[in-house]
Amino acid sequence: MTISGTSENIEQKNTADLCIKVENLHLYYGQFHALKGINMEIPEHEITALIGPSGCGKSTFLKTLNRMNDLEEGVRIEGKVTLNGTDIYRDMDAIELRKRVGMVFQQPNPFPKSVYENVAYGPRINGINRKSELDEIVERSLRQAAIWDELKDRLYKSALGLSGGQQQRLCIARTLAVEPEVILMDEPTSALDPISTSRIEDLAMDLKKDYTIVIVTHNMQQASRISDNTAFFLLGELIEYNKTEKLFSIPADKRTEDYITGRFG
Amino acid sequence: MSNMAADGGTVQGKTGTAKDREKALRMYKFRKEYLGRGVVTACGLFIIILTVAIGVFLIIRGTGTFTKFHHSVAEFLFSSNWSPVDSATGSGGGVGAAVYIVGSLLTCGLALLFAAPCAIGAAVFMTEIAPKWGEKLFQPAIEIFVGIPSVVYGWIGLTVLVPSIRDVFHARMGGYSVLAAGIVLAVMIFPTITTVAADAIRSVPDYYRKGAYGLGSTRWQVIYRIVLPASKTGILTGVILGLARAFGEALAVAMVIGKTRAFPTSILSPTNNLTAAIAADMGNSANGGEANMALWSMALLLFLISMFFIALIHFIENRSAAALKA
Ligand SMILES: Nc1ncnc2c1ncn2[C@@H]1O[C@H](COP(=O)(O)OP(=O)(O)OP(=O)(O)O)[C@@H](O)[C@H]1O
Ligand SMILES: [Mg+2]
Repeated sequence: MTISGTSENIEQKNTADLCIKVENLHLYYGQFHALKGINMEIPEHEITALIGPSGCGKSTFLKTLNRMNDLEEGVRIEGKVTLNGTDIYRDMDAIELRKRVGMVFQQPNPFPKSVYENVAYGPRINGINRKSELDEIVERSLRQAAIWDELKDRLYKSALGLSGGQQQRLCIARTLAVEPEVILMDEPTSALDPISTSRIEDLAMDLKKDYTIVIVTHNMQQASRISDNTAFFLLGELIEYNKTEKLFSIPADKRTEDYITGRFG
Repeated sequence: MSNMAADGGTVQGKTGTAKDREKALRMYKFRKEYLGRGVVTACGLFIIILTVAIGVFLIIRGTGTFTKFHHSVAEFLFSSNWSPVDSATGSGGGVGAAVYIVGSLLTCGLALLFAAPCAIGAAVFMTEIAPKWGEKLFQPAIEIFVGIPSVVYGWIGLTVLVPSIRDVFHARMGGYSVLAAGIVLAVMIFPTITTVAADAIRSVPDYYRKGAYGLGSTRWQVIYRIVLPASKTGILTGVILGLARAFGEALAVAMVIGKTRAFPTSILSPTNNLTAAIAADMGNSANGGEANMALWSMALLLFLISMFFIALIHFIENRSAAALKA
């Protein structure tokens, strides 16, 4: 991973509720130019949806926000991403960043441990070992993820025995236990049935009181149902970014219109 | 196939030809399907029969000490009086194999103590820390290690290790010792454990690692909190396979252990073990005599130990599979 580009550190929050600011972000997988000059401001305590056809770079963009791209080889990033004013690539440690910007993946991926240990994982790596404290965090996180009642009697059973929807909400609880500021979700419901999907959607809307949420989705209805802002990506470019009602009712760009009306993608 | 059927339709009248074709088709199917399956089944059956036959043979031979010569199992296991009568008919000697058993346990335990941590460390290194290096250099190197015959290990132990132990620790018996045997065995089982453990680590799905990194884990935390626990069954299998190999190894151990029939007083003193004792005396004991039978009993014991290890591996694997489901 190499970083280059402009590095002015006179960065302040423009508006009080700005959370993430992306400036002229380019990303290359080797020779392949996957993100082309993205500029985007993600407001605090709102849900921002990323839509676009397969391969347009939604996941890639999402991963630049918590530096999961660092784990891949041959990735080169230019430009600047700031979290509450701090440059996350130059002035922040990736490990620290990921504690503040959590991630929920497309496939539910609970660890092969008990429900309890899954949720306690984050606090444990942060040095919390007191049983009473962990108990409290586990219960609070599971409650926040609206899954406490379902799981309170099987806390010590393997998480792999849960249904896909339960696993995904457990993964959200696991992320919440670290008390991040931002939660990134990469198509969190694409592997789930409609009922589990609507539960996760309700949960996301509930969580935005306390967290900033960025969600990738293939599902236009989902984006319009739950998000406040929507960004439309195409071939590595951010084509249009606007309030969700606006983007879906009066898209400014022809390509956005084509996409949301299902003419391609 | 569809061609065949269509042809069959057009040649309705000539029943002879149609029948011939059907027959040819059946033959073809037979050759393709059943012949292959038959050969494979025969091979499988042969292996099973061979294994059972060896087991039965060992049981018949190995129990002679207790049935024909009326020694007790307790004497065999716990007595150190090894003085079986070596003639076709004579009896009344002692068949206590405790020295050999203790020798085997000590050398293998020591080998495991040396090898397991290094091997697991090496497996982590070649899979998690430097996978590119691991594949290009480490893996081939370890495969070569596996292929080296045990006599070579023994010889190197004899020429390098034994004199070193003598010089460094001023050991009596010139360095022939439990320690030398343990080290030689450790070197021999190291590749086995490393290979199996590395496979187990590689089979941990990447989405576990991603999940852990996503929560702000360092690489070390991912390794020891996620990857190692998720692969512990496989790693344990590797350790047990290594242990089984150590128990079965005769030649290399025989060359450095000193072969004295006494309990070791420290890891620097010489002793003997089951395999070395069998290998040393099997050829020149009178067939069917007390000494001969006692050696067979030791062979049976080794067989049972390896059975036990295999059963243990299955038990551990079943239990962890069940634990994941529960
Ligand atoms: N590790 C990688 N190495 C090389 N190219 C990659 C890598 N990851 C993604 N790409 C390429 O980058 C482009 C964007 O991929 P990305 O996964 O971000 O798309 P996406 O919008 O999330 O698609 P989907 O909707 O299918 O998940 C694709 O063309 C993909 O092939
Ligand atoms: Mg994607």
